[in-house]
Order: sequence, then C-alpha cells, then structure tokens
Amino acid sequence: MHIPDGFLTPPVWATLDFAGLASVSLLARKARAEVDESRIPLLGVMGAFVFAAQMINFPVGLGTSGHLVGGALLAFILGPAAAAMVMTAILAIQALVFQDGGILALGPNVLNMAFAGVFAGYLPVHFLGGRSRRAALFAGAFLSVMVSALMALSELLISGVRMPAGALWISLALFAVSALLEGVITVAAVEAIGRLQPSWVKSRGGGMRAPALAIIALTAVFLASVGITFASASPDGLEKLIERAGPAGRNLFAAPLAEYQWQGLGGEWMGKAAAGVLGVGFVFVLCIGFARLARSKK
Amino acid sequence: MTPVIRAANLTFSYDDGTRALDGVSFELYPGECVALLGANGSGKTTFALHLNGLLTGEGEIEVCGMELSKENLPPIRRKIGMVFQDSDEQLFMPTVLEDVMFGPLNMGLTPDQAGARARTALERVGMAGLEAKAPYHLSAGQKRRVAVAGVLAMNPEILVLDEPTTYLDPPAERDLAVLLRELPQAKILISHDMPFVRALASRAVFFERGRIVAEGCVNEIVERFGWDLQL
Amino acid sequence: MHHVIVERWSRRRSWMHARDARVKLAALVALIAASATTPPSHWTAALFYGALALAGVLAARLPVHSLLSRAALVLPFSATFAAVNWLAGDPARASALLWKSYLSAFSVLLFVSCTPLADALRALEWCRVPSLLILIAQFLYRYLFVISEQAQHMRLAAQCRAGGNHDWTFRGAAAALSVLFVRSYSRADGIRQAMNARGFAGRFPALAAPRFTWIDGVFGAAAIAACAGVRVMA
Ligand SMILES: Nc1ncnc2c1ncn2[C@@H]1O[C@H](COP(=O)(O)OP(=O)(O)O)[C@@H](O)[C@H]1O
Ligand SMILES: [Mg+2]
Repeated sequence: MHIPDGFLTPPVWATLDFAGLASVSLLARKARAEVDESRIPLLGVMGAFVFAAQMINFPVGLGTSGHLVGGALLAFILGPAAAAMVMTAILAIQALVFQDGGILALGPNVLNMAFAGVFAGYLPVHFLGGRSRRAALFAGAFLSVMVSALMALSELLISGVRMPAGALWISLALFAVSALLEGVITVAAVEAIGRLQPSWVKSRGGGMRAPALAIIALTAVFLASVGITFASASPDGLEKLIERAGPAGRNLFAAPLAEYQWQGLGGEWMGKAAAGVLGVGFVFVLCIGFARLARSKK
Repeated sequence: MTPVIRAANLTFSYDDGTRALDGVSFELYPGECVALLGANGSGKTTFALHLNGLLTGEGEIEVCGMELSKENLPPIRRKIGMVFQDSDEQLFMPTVLEDVMFGPLNMGLTPDQAGARARTALERVGMAGLEAKAPYHLSAGQKRRVAVAGVLAMNPEILVLDEPTTYLDPPAERDLAVLLRELPQAKILISHDMPFVRALASRAVFFERGRIVAEGCVNEIVERFGWDLQL
Repeated sequence: MHHVIVERWSRRRSWMHARDARVKLAALVALIAASATTPPSHWTAALFYGALALAGVLAARLPVHSLLSRAALVLPFSATFAAVNWLAGDPARASALLWKSYLSAFSVLLFVSCTPLADALRALEWCRVPSLLILIAQFLYRYLFVISEQAQHMRLAAQCRAGGNHDWTFRGAAAALSVLFVRSYSRADGIRQAMNARGFAGRFPALAAPRFTWIDGVFGAAAIAACAGVRVMA
C-alpha cells in the first residue's frame, strides 16, 4: 500500500522521513561494504524485473486477479540488505515516475515496504534455511505484505485519518487476503524458476548467516514500531488521541515534535503499546513455529 | 608476422556441465578479419568471451604478446574491443555520451579527455549530435553504432564482433559494413549473415560442437558446409 | 505505457526543461511541503498552489490536459479514504486528502516530465542520497523499459495462443514470471560482462555535475518564495 501525500500529518511524515533517510544511509553503507560493485547491475535489473512482474496478473477466481509485490522474493534472491536497497529504489521510481506514493510519504513507504516488508519476508527463510523452502517462502511473503500493510495503516490512524471499526476490519481482511495471495504467488514463482534452473534455486536460502544478526535486530526495531503504532490504533484509544492532539494539531508544524508526542500520549498508552508489541511478536513466533512444524513433517 | 591473438587448446564447460569448447586453437594476425562460422550453440560466443578473460577455461591465450592472466587483464581488455550481440546489454549508462565515456574513464582518463574521445568516436560512427539521447530512444542500428563507438573510444587493437547484424535492416547493415571496412584493426567477426561476412572477412573458421573443424578462405568454407541460403 | 510517455516528455525542450534539476527538485519539495502543512479546508490556498503548478506546466510547454488526467490516477485511492472520512463526520479532512494527494501527484508528474530521470537522480546524489541507491535506481530505470517490454510481449503471445482476450491462467502466469526472471538474470550477467570487457575497474565513474546558472537561482528563489507566501497567507 503506497501512501500518497496529504494523508500523514507533518510530525508523522517528518519523523518517518528522517528515520527512513537514516536507515537508508546506514544500510547503504553496510550494503556497499558487502556488495561488489559489479553486482549493482544485477540489483537494478532485479528491481526492473519485479516492476515488470507486477504487470503479470494472477487470476484468483471471481474475476479478480492479484500480482506480485516482491519483497520476500527479492530477499530470497538477493539477501535482505541488497533487497531492501532494491525495494527502496523501486519505491523511489514509483513515486517519481508513476506518482505511486507521495514524495513526503516516501520515507514512511520505504520504512513500511522496503525495510519492514523485506526484513519480515526474509526472517522465515533465514530461520528455516533451505530445507523447507516452500513453507519459509510462504510465511515470508505473507508476513512481508502483512507487516507493511499494518504499518501503513497504523501511520494513517496516528495521523488521524478516520477509520470506523467496520472500515478497519474490511481493510484488515483485504490485507490478509492479499498477503495470502503474495505467499501463493511467491511460492509458485520460485517453484517455476526452480523448474527452469534447478541449480540456481538450490543455492539460495540458508547461507548469509553473518549479517543476519544485525538484520534481526533491525527487524525487531521495526516490529516494535509496528507494535507501538498498532496499539495506538485500537479505535477508542485513537479517538482520544485525536481529541487531545486536535487543538494542537493545527499548529503541528511549528510545535516541537517531542512535545507533541509527550503531551498527547499518556501512561495508559504505554500499556497498549506493550500489548501491541507482544501481539505482533506472538503472531511472528506463531508463523515461524508453524513453518518449522511443516519442515519437521517432511 | 607474429599473431595478435594466439589461443591454444581451449577447453571449457559451463557450470551445468555443457562442454562448450573442446580443444580450440586459433590465431589472428594484424589487420586481418576472420569470420567465425558455425551452428547456433557451437561455441563461438563462448570462445570470444575467453579472449579477454570474461570466461576462463583450460588452455593458453596470448594477446599482443601478453599471456592472459589476472595481472594482464586490464591491458588485455584495453587491446580487445568487444561488441556484444545484445546492444541493450552493452549500453547500460543513462545517456549515449556517458556510455561511450565509460571505457575511457575506466582507463583512467580525466572526464574532459574521456569526453573528447567519446565525441570523436561518436563522430566516427556517424552518431554525432545524439550525445544526450537515452539508449532507449535509439533504433537498433543506432544502438549498434553507439556500441561500436564505446569500443572505439578505447582505441583497441583488435575488434571482436558477435553477430553485429542481428536486428539491423539492410541499409543499417550496409552502413555498418562500410564503417568496419574503414577500421584498420584486426577483427574477429561472428555472423550468420553471409553477404556481410563475404564483404568483410578474408578468412573463416568453422565451429562444430566446441571444436574448430575447418579453416580456409570464406568461399571455400561456405561451400564445404553449405553455409549459404541456397534454394 | 506511462513511463514511456513521461520519458518522452522529459526529453523535450523548454525553459522549464533547461533549469537545473536540483532547483526544480527544491521547488517541488517546497510546493508539496507547503501544501502538506496547510490546514485542511483552505481552498483558496489549494487553488494558489494549483496555479503555481499549472504555471510550471505552461512554462514546460507540456500538454496540460494529459498531465491533469494522468495525475488523477491517485484519485480512486484517495477518494475511498475521503469517502470514509466524510461519512465519519470529517469533511474537512476528506477534502484535504483529495486535493493534497492530487496536487502532489500533479506536481511530481510535472517535475519528472521536465527533468530526465538521470538528471533527477544526479540531483538526488548531490543531496547526499547514497550513491549505491542512485546507481541501483539508474540501472532499474534503464532496464525497466527493456524488461517491461518483454513482459508485454509475453502477455500478448499468451493471449494469442489462448485465442482471445483471456489473460494468464495461474500456472501460466507463474511460468511467465519464471521465464521473465531467468531472462532478466542472464541479462544482468550480460551487462556485467559488457562492463568488464570495457575495463570496469570496480567503481562506477562519478556522474557529471549539473551546471548552475543565475537564472536557475532566480527561478528557485521565486518558486520557493511563492510557495512560502501562499503558506503564510493561508
Ligand atoms: N551461461 C551458460 N550456461 C550454460 N550453458 C551455456 C551458457 N551459455 C552458453 N551455453 C551453452 O554452451 C554452448 C555454446 O554456446 P555459445 O557459445 O553461446 O554458442 P554460439 O555463440 O556458437 O551460438 C551451447 O550448447 C549453449 O547452450
Ligand atoms: Mg552466440
């Protein structure tokens, strides 16, 4: 889900743009050290491939169709750090050339899809290694889309975009469906690639253990932020939040950011945040446990 | 006369086990143009990629008296200008000028020097004035000429052209033949286009399943293998 | 396809096309940031911002009508949210979602339609965006044209064989995707070989720096002042 400009309030996009830019430079430095420059064309071409792959429609019945998003697939092909860079480049081109996603919203979109999405998509593959590739890919793709969508949704809610309970549930259901679809498409794509080039697919996954620690840490940070935002998105908590931020909201750009946050958010909110983090963590563990179970059966 | 390229007993298999070269020996002399003929998949491209170390198998290669080894790669790649079959793969920079400057800049020239060289090369292939264009906006014939310019800008002593006439219409093909005939470099020409080969090459070798099975003047080889469109 | 048309437009010539990409980028960000911080229901401010963007389109001598309709692609998404917000009793926000997202899309479209993407990326590099990212984006954009054309051809071929307007079956789509992947992967290999053949020494040459003239300076100052002026008046 690409957030356009005009949806997020200044404190939200400003914070996330800053966070996005900082993580991009950090990760670029890391990736630069890891990625040989002769591999840069591969990264660019893989980005173009994901772009073009999005033009291929997968029919899912009832006259509707979906297409690949690609975060988990890229992570599987290139490893998470490079994949996050490629996804960032994709989002930048989408924002500039296709006006898909805003310019001020680029930081948030990068955090949601290129970072959280790619790293979440990679974790199951990392933990399961090459052995139960299907389960890992499916879980990765599902998580990738789900985590990105949840983050985007929470950012909108924090910005005060109204979402009555009904609309919220409908969007959540839609997200779940597209996440499932992403899982199915990603698995189908990798299996089809495996039929064309068996040796190539076998050599993926597993591996890449060393940078993984940092990556897991990063993911944890992002999951925490998902949790926090998600917690504050629980409808009544949000109503209050908007009420309190409302009067201040008019002059948000002038008001210092920190002040806004600490004024608006009380102690009760912290408890909800913790619950949110726990909840998302729980879902994550569940997914990985599920995938492991699938492996042991094979 | 000493050969500019001398390859002896090249043998190479791809990762998947395909044996693409099986004991190939070959010599190229200054100023001559040799055609590599043979069926699709007979190993011509694989052979060409060995000459400047893009692929390495068993056997010996000497370019302008230098043995092909890791240390000699930079000077050897400067001596051999390679025009690939797919221009889209060769033109990877955002504009024509930047693409042609890519080689000279890698040789350590300053941007000014590289720019001057690039302009001269573009003029030579008749592409002056299109410096700021994106490769996407060029026709197939123009792309091929820019690819040749990108190679000429490095002042190579040897040109290797892998199926340079694919996707070209007859006038573009003729232009390319005229251009290549004027260039003094020794050339290796991989092509299935017999009029083009006849116009340029003085000698031909014939590849079959990774081996050179015959060598001689172009007409002789073409006749012997029925390598022409005769109905 | 959209990117092909935008690329064509960006190669035209006009007073706007000739401006330094960094200045145009600054003007773009100023316009979007000003509108983003404008309170939701300020229609007059919205109209002024729109007029500024429109003046840019005229100075770039681009087809106003096509730009207006192409930017409207953002509207279905915004309208959905706007409708929800309207029903939830927040009409001011509903209208803001619409005009802010549309204005942003329109002005971004103007920016890329009068700035070749290579120049835009160069401007970003000058703003300290990591060069790794810039290089990836550059290759991505270059091969987007080649690979998306391939995807288009494959789709046509599939439709021909299916005899009619049928799109892929699920399996067919997966197979097409895998073919596209394998081709892209081997293309990347070809590019690497072509680079090495021309003496690639492990680092890409730095892109040429853009030239900055006093006209660019005046244009940038005027554009930013105009955006700030509208924002302050609002
Ligand atoms: N990257 C590759 N991986 C595996 N096999 C390859 C690869 N490239 C070429 N081959 C195989 O090597 C053989 C020689 O190919 P090539 O040198 O391209 O032939 P030619 O240029 O004469 O048409 C063919 O059987 C081809 O299928
Ligand atoms: Mg070949």
